[in-house]
Amino acid sequence: MDLLAWTYLLVGLSFALYLGIAIWSRAGSTEEFYIAGGGVSPLANGLATAADWMSAASFMSMAGIISFSGYDGSVYLMGWTGGYVLLALLLAPYLRKFGKFTVPDFVGDRYYSNKARVVAVICALFISFTYVAGQMRGVGIVFSRYLELPIEWGVVIGMAIVFFYAVLGGMKGITYTQVAQYCVLIFAYMVPAIFISMQLTGNPIPQLGLGGDVAEGVPLLDKLDGVLGDLGFADYTSGKKSIPDLFMITLALMVGTAGLPHVIVRFFTVPKVKDARLSAGYALAFIAILYTTAPAVAAFGMYNIIKSTSEKPIDQLPEWVQNWQKTNLIQIEDKNGDGKVQYLPDPASNELKIDKDIMVLAGPEIAQLPDWVVGLVAAGAMAAALSTAAGLLLVISTSISRDLFKTFRPDISDKKELRIARLSAAGAVILAGYFGINPPGFVAEVVAFAFGLAASSFFPVILLGIFSTRANKEGAIAGMLTGLVFTISYISYFKFVHPELNTAEHWWGGISPEGIGSIGMGLNFLVCFAVSWFTPPPPSHVQKLIQDIRIPKGAGKASDH
Amino acid sequence: MSPSPSKMEQYWKKNLQTLAILLFIWFIVSFGCGILWVEELNTIRIGGFKLGFWFAQQGAIYAFLVLIFIYVIRMNKLDKEFNVNED
Repeated sequence: MDLLAWTYLLVGLSFALYLGIAIWSRAGSTEEFYIAGGGVSPLANGLATAADWMSAASFMSMAGIISFSGYDGSVYLMGWTGGYVLLALLLAPYLRKFGKFTVPDFVGDRYYSNKARVVAVICALFISFTYVAGQMRGVGIVFSRYLELPIEWGVVIGMAIVFFYAVLGGMKGITYTQVAQYCVLIFAYMVPAIFISMQLTGNPIPQLGLGGDVAEGVPLLDKLDGVLGDLGFADYTSGKKSIPDLFMITLALMVGTAGLPHVIVRFFTVPKVKDARLSAGYALAFIAILYTTAPAVAAFGMYNIIKSTSEKPIDQLPEWVQNWQKTNLIQIEDKNGDGKVQYLPDPASNELKIDKDIMVLAGPEIAQLPDWVVGLVAAGAMAAALSTAAGLLLVISTSISRDLFKTFRPDISDKKELRIARLSAAGAVILAGYFGINPPGFVAEVVAFAFGLAASSFFPVILLGIFSTRANKEGAIAGMLTGLVFTISYISYFKFVHPELNTAEHWWGGISPEGIGSIGMGLNFLVCFAVSWFTPPPPSHVQKLIQDIRIPKGAGKASDH
Repeated sequence: MSPSPSKMEQYWKKNLQTLAILLFIWFIVSFGCGILWVEELNTIRIGGFKLGFWFAQQGAIYAFLVLIFIYVIRMNKLDKEFNVNED
């Protein structure tokens, strides 16, 4: 069987599995549609959360980003895992005890205000839409690279699959397909990583291989520092970003992770408060398997690419380099006409351009693994993109059917609400597909938006809602709006209005747009405190609600009253 | 039967103490060892790793994991002690 046949077979099998699970677990009530009936075990929820969280970008691009930024790439590793500590300790157990279906539910009830709820819905929709467009694009890219289909076709097929199990199964269908998708994606990520680690360092565990030796007594990381240094690049193990900027980006990513609605809502699906705590631990464990492997894949990939191309004759490059040149992910241009490849920091004389996704996508070929492993990586990338897209689509449909429709028409029947939820899920899939086919030029930029907004809008308001009895309606609304407006303005200014000024000397205090969510969060806290102080405290039924969510006893299943 | 208000206050205080300790460690392993003191730590080597680099790309993540599981165990105990557990 050739490579293309293997890829079709493995991707096809994985799709059949997801569809089978969707039919088996379709939702019959709004409770099942929104929170999978509240009966998901902590282990299953941990697996589903891990798949929900790890997107096409985590799977395909993160290792490459680290390859090219070295130590500076650590902000993503720490930022996207450290958020789970905040989630487990500060948010998940209490939101589970609160016991309803969505983040705007909590904001609306805790701050006894439909205005606050609507502001929260707008944040949730904005965050989820920016994120989901990128996922659909990711599905399309995988299709076009591996299955030799046009990107548009890939997006449409991806839409059809997600449509089927998200619209039919709701949260219940999504949860169990995500469990399967986690297994597919982690297997696909680990197999090439383990083999490459063995080839380079003789250690089958990539996490240890990263600290291993490439030759007798020569550690990989030192070798990499040396090789990059000789070519004129910065050291792999030291960074270029300033300490305040590293600090603020890491904080914004951590807090943003904890404030993402599609992640938070997963903790509403477990039966008990203690299950919410435990499943956050499981989720991070499953995420950590990939996140501690990624820096190893990054270093191995960089080392392999330099070793097999730098100063090598262009007509004698390894086969995988030639293969990926066809997709333009590797571009070689012999600028000085010496017939060899020069990889240099100066763009004017550099002859080798490498797309960041290559570190993961070309892994199986670099390690000379059989064709079926290539098919497996394709299925894994697809699983990562589809699982995240489904989780986001559910937040979008829930926001519309429950947080907007049900809030203003509280008397609608369960059946009708379920129909509206399905309709809005269908609408959201189509809209996301549209953006996947016609991506706004700034998809990469808007990811900074999603995290910045989650950090500066949701996180402070939820945290104060649990840990302060004094934070009130006026404070929450003013805080959310301040955080939101400030963060949107700063990012827009440097990304869209004056992109030419987007360098360290123009940033406020040296803080990049990626890290500004931290300042937005601080402003949100301050404004919420100050405004709450000068306005009346929350009424007694809200005080009772706060006391109640602070103790686990009597959680029961999440419900609609 | 719900616990008395003074018991509740005690439970909440102990919870906050636990959070303060765990979040302090969370801050030290990531922002401290991974960012602020990374250069000093890089002078120490463990196998093929510089220690600061190891914290930033591996160690902090392992520490996060341990922190969450300590929290789970500690809170389950506390819930039982104050009779606010769910079973």
